[in-house]
Amino acid sequence: MDNRKPDLLQSRSLTERWISAALFACAAMSVAVTAGIIMVLFFETVEFFRQVPLSEFFFDTQWTPLFDQKHFGIWPLIAGTALTSFFAMIVAVPMGILIAIFLSEFAPERLRRILKPVLEVLAGVPTVVYGYFALTFVTPLLQGFIPELAGFNSLSPGLVMGIMITPIVASLSEDAIYSVPASLREGAIALGSNRLRAIRHVILPTAFSGIAASFILGISRAIGETMIVAIAAGQQPVLTLDPRVPIETMTAYIVQVSLGDTPHGTLEYNTIFAVGAMLFVMTLAFNLLALYLRRKLLKGAL
Amino acid sequence: METIEPISGHKEKGGDEDRRDYTGIRDGAAVIKTVALRAWFGSLMALKGVDILIAAGAVTAIIGPSGCGKSTFIRTLNRMHEGVPGARVSGSVYFAGQDIYDPKVNPVMLRRRIGMVFQKPNPFPMMSVKDNVLAGIPLQGTRGSAGDDVLERSLRQAALWDEVKDVLDKPGTSLSGGQQQRLCIARALAIEPEILLMDEPCSALDPIATAKIEDLIHSLRGGITIIIVTHNMQQAARVSDYTAFFYMGELVEYCDTDTLFKSPHKTRTEDYITGRFG
Ligand SMILES: Nc1ncnc2c1ncn2[C@@H]1O[C@H](COP(=O)(O)OP(=O)(O)OP(=O)(O)O)[C@@H](O)[C@H]1O
Ligand SMILES: [Mg+2]
Repeated sequence: MDNRKPDLLQSRSLTERWISAALFACAAMSVAVTAGIIMVLFFETVEFFRQVPLSEFFFDTQWTPLFDQKHFGIWPLIAGTALTSFFAMIVAVPMGILIAIFLSEFAPERLRRILKPVLEVLAGVPTVVYGYFALTFVTPLLQGFIPELAGFNSLSPGLVMGIMITPIVASLSEDAIYSVPASLREGAIALGSNRLRAIRHVILPTAFSGIAASFILGISRAIGETMIVAIAAGQQPVLTLDPRVPIETMTAYIVQVSLGDTPHGTLEYNTIFAVGAMLFVMTLAFNLLALYLRRKLLKGAL
Repeated sequence: METIEPISGHKEKGGDEDRRDYTGIRDGAAVIKTVALRAWFGSLMALKGVDILIAAGAVTAIIGPSGCGKSTFIRTLNRMHEGVPGARVSGSVYFAGQDIYDPKVNPVMLRRRIGMVFQKPNPFPMMSVKDNVLAGIPLQGTRGSAGDDVLERSLRQAALWDEVKDVLDKPGTSLSGGQQQRLCIARALAIEPEILLMDEPCSALDPIATAKIEDLIHSLRGGITIIIVTHNMQQAARVSDYTAFFYMGELVEYCDTDTLFKSPHKTRTEDYITGRFG
């Protein structure tokens, strides 16, 4: 056996240096690309606001940049996005949390180990599939109950989006609930509590910030979701909270303009950057909030 | 240890070998009686048939080397053992005129009469000191007038009132480790159990906090039956009336505490308390 002591001054191997340089380049590239996107977004948005005052953007109630009579009020698009996201959360929150509670508290460990990855696969179904599912199946189905429901509407894509988001909410909530230490569960049971009360009074409150984070990430997915609403919600930016009529979300508007024949560099074209910036700020805010809540959960007195 | 006596063979006299219980506790004076109590984790038998009578109102210490089944034993008494996946119990535990393993017995109700304190303090992190003490109310779903009365009484019993009376609204987890453990004791006492099971309640605490908990065990003696698992033999000697020595899932010797530590009947007990193994 070679029993010389390792030489502290021996130089690090060349491959190791190359690999670390390559890894650094990859990391730097993704940061640079992100920075580039944000910068383009920023400059084009500034360009847009040179011509359209912020006050119009935020206080006008009509969005008609592609018409002769131009209005640049963002609210109809925000309302459309809020409406579809709202219906999505109405589905995803209760379903997500019930699945999470079932998986972490009631399912036998074997079942849990099978279902958890299945959930994660479901989250990867291409959203265009969900979009056509909403348009060609759910909308006609709902029209059986709600005759006034238009062919394009916010209700049906909203609900389908909820199904799409449920696995994410369920999976993240399940992580939060599963990470509640067994000692707290036992503490509650030892006080003469049944399972349900232990879940309600001890386990869910303890996992609260993680569960809230899963909701918020779900909302942020819903806000950013494009395909389902572009296919099934319509292209009519009207300021309404009526779930039955066609609307347009921020994302669907961006799709409409980028695929349409609006010439580059025009004011009409630049609206998509302003809307994109708005979208970016909103999802960023939600993601940061979710991050903060998850940190809190990890740090929490567990 | 300085005063190790040579192992003396005469301790186990002929017909005495099967005897384990030297306490003289009779059925009528016992709150708990176990018969042929066995417990498994999967295929591992952690308790191999324990017969014991626990005296009402007394403090009973459970000692024995690590892994001998002390925790398993007390967790069979409030049916916490079966909560572990793959865990199983056979035999009988009589309490309040019932075999608690009778299918008719509701373990949730049983645990309202037999409280438990764990090795590691486990206050509920999202609850204030006050809500922790009163946690039994929402957890049992009993609505009622209980409140400030129970709060102060339980905290005083747990010798914690003076230290926390001004921070009742702070999170339970903001207290020190020793205070947290007394908080958990207060929480267990608030549901007014007839028996309190304590699994090494002081193992995570410093000597001062330990002394406080020992004092509180002294002050509870008589009102409530206490069964305490401990690794610390001095502690067992200080707080308990009776001591049971477990070894490899069996009850080896059960005796009044003085006798067990001064002149044990079994060689194994003597080896253990003199530090020859374990
Ligand atoms: N959750 C579990 N799963 C499987 N086996 C277990 C489990 N808990 C305990 N055991 C085993 O059961 C036996 C008894 O364990 P128990 O926890 O009752 O011992 P103990 O006397 O309390 O030990 P300690 O003094 O270390 O706390 C040990 O052999 C242990 O390895
Ligand atoms: Mg133990």
